[in-house]
Amino acid sequence: MRNTFAIAGKELRSYFASPIAYIVIGLFVLLYGVFYWLYLQSFLREALNLGQYGTQQALNINQHMLRPIVQNVTVLLLFVLPAMTMRAYAEERRSGTIELLLTSPITDLEIVVGKFLGALGLYVVMLSVTLIHIAILFWYGDPEWKPIATMYLGLVLLGGSFLSIGLFISTLTTNQIVAYIGSFSLFLLMWIVSWFGSFTTGFWTDLTSYLSIIEHLDDFNKGVIDTTHVIYYLSLITFGLFLTAKSVDTERWRG
Amino acid sequence: MIEVQHLTKRYGPFTAVNDLSFRVERGEILGFLGPNGAGKTTTMRILTGYMPATEGQAVVAGYNVFEQPLEAKRRTGYLPETPPLYPDMTVRDYLTFVSKIKGVPSADRTQRIKTVMEKTRIDDMAARLCSRLSKGYKQRVGLAQALIHNPDVLILDEPTAGLDPKQIIETRKLITELAGDHTIVLSTHILPEVSQTCQRVVIIAKGRVVAVDTPDNLTAHLRGNETMYLQVDADGADAAVALSRLSGVSRVEEADRRGNAIGYEVVSEQGRDIRRELSNTVVSNGWGLLELRPMRASLEEVFLSLTTEEAAASAPAGEETEHA
Repeated sequence: MRNTFAIAGKELRSYFASPIAYIVIGLFVLLYGVFYWLYLQSFLREALNLGQYGTQQALNINQHMLRPIVQNVTVLLLFVLPAMTMRAYAEERRSGTIELLLTSPITDLEIVVGKFLGALGLYVVMLSVTLIHIAILFWYGDPEWKPIATMYLGLVLLGGSFLSIGLFISTLTTNQIVAYIGSFSLFLLMWIVSWFGSFTTGFWTDLTSYLSIIEHLDDFNKGVIDTTHVIYYLSLITFGLFLTAKSVDTERWRG
Repeated sequence: MIEVQHLTKRYGPFTAVNDLSFRVERGEILGFLGPNGAGKTTTMRILTGYMPATEGQAVVAGYNVFEQPLEAKRRTGYLPETPPLYPDMTVRDYLTFVSKIKGVPSADRTQRIKTVMEKTRIDDMAARLCSRLSKGYKQRVGLAQALIHNPDVLILDEPTAGLDPKQIIETRKLITELAGDHTIVLSTHILPEVSQTCQRVVIIAKGRVVAVDTPDNLTAHLRGNETMYLQVDADGADAAVALSRLSGVSRVEEADRRGNAIGYEVVSEQGRDIRRELSNTVVSNGWGLLELRPMRASLEEVFLSLTTEEAAASAPAGEETEHA
């Protein structure tokens, strides 16, 4: 466990020692701000319209502003997360530091989990910057905090799944660009897999929508924690880390 | 301290290491010598637990590398061919990280880092980024990294490759200082390095051990009959005829000629010291004796003869498989 944290700390620090962390967080926060402003404008206009007609029912800020924002954020993650894992193993192999890790008295699993936690740490740091926007909503409005909490839980689980898969892709190459494009394509495929189900009914629809990584986020956005979805994401993370550990192990055999 | 038995490593049809066996005693420096691609790096990677062997056993510091890898790794320090540095870390941060994953207790960490930085003389670079270090310093930081957990066994893959002559001498000195406390295996394809630093040499070619001995014995082994180099100014007279008439001389060959000064290689019969006779002959003929010295087979020649013998011996075998 101590070794895992040593690796995770090293990963997190190397993100911030290179421009990657700043560029990724900076661009993400910028785009998040754009979405935030656009949806805030449209929310205000709608509220004003409703006020003119004298409707009693108030607009729900969680439903009308935050949910569409999260949907856009997930698209952003598709582009941002591969950049967090693209160098995880690719860089270690290119610079030869993988020899240091693999000849140290630590297990492959400790290395894999450490790297995962490092990337997850960066992701959580990035997400937490957006809490400023949420705080502003609380300052001027009266949103419900519980759906916001589940929303963020959903985002962490979704992101974690992407990161563990991205980590695996990065073990397959020494080239960071190949790792980025590979992860991005795979993420996109996992996202749109439910579209295949739209042409059929029954079993295939159920299967493809179960497999689709994004369908499982809906309930979290509505403020519901369903264990089915939690288990889905956790097993995806475990599977990704398992593949990563196996891939590192075969690397040893291949030399 | 290290015992390797029948180690074999195959990559598909290619055999990188073939039935390798050797031992290293505690406190010894063993030189691992072979041409590029002989299987040195592969062997070292197997010993350090970086990759498994296809067959055979390796025991390091009392632990089987394949069955108890963590225990073996805890007692092994490894400097790969390119020092495994993180370019965006400072030297101190890097050594701190390595000390953590090598299992140095947190109470001893500061002291260990200080000790290895002094030993490898990198204390003045502690705050510098690894990417900004010169090649020589990178190598030393790599060595510091290998020493950080005070391992019983040090495995160094070409520790002097790419250094300038001054740095090479310093690194060799450092390695000799480290012996005794640590058992060291170092690989190289530079021959003088072996004779200067190692107590024993394993010469490998094409993944096989072709010789294991001390550098002195290896050179003596090849010597057989003694050859003298003799340079004479004979004023145009043919000294070779007079020399070859001497008893104990079996052969005289002209080696070089610079004006009147002619150099000869004089081969004596086994076990005969003919220096006295040679000098007497030259002086009594009134010639000038310019130089007289024994010609020893250098380690270079031993190496070449061993590795090429091996190549010649294995060539027909290779042809057979091709025909089959």
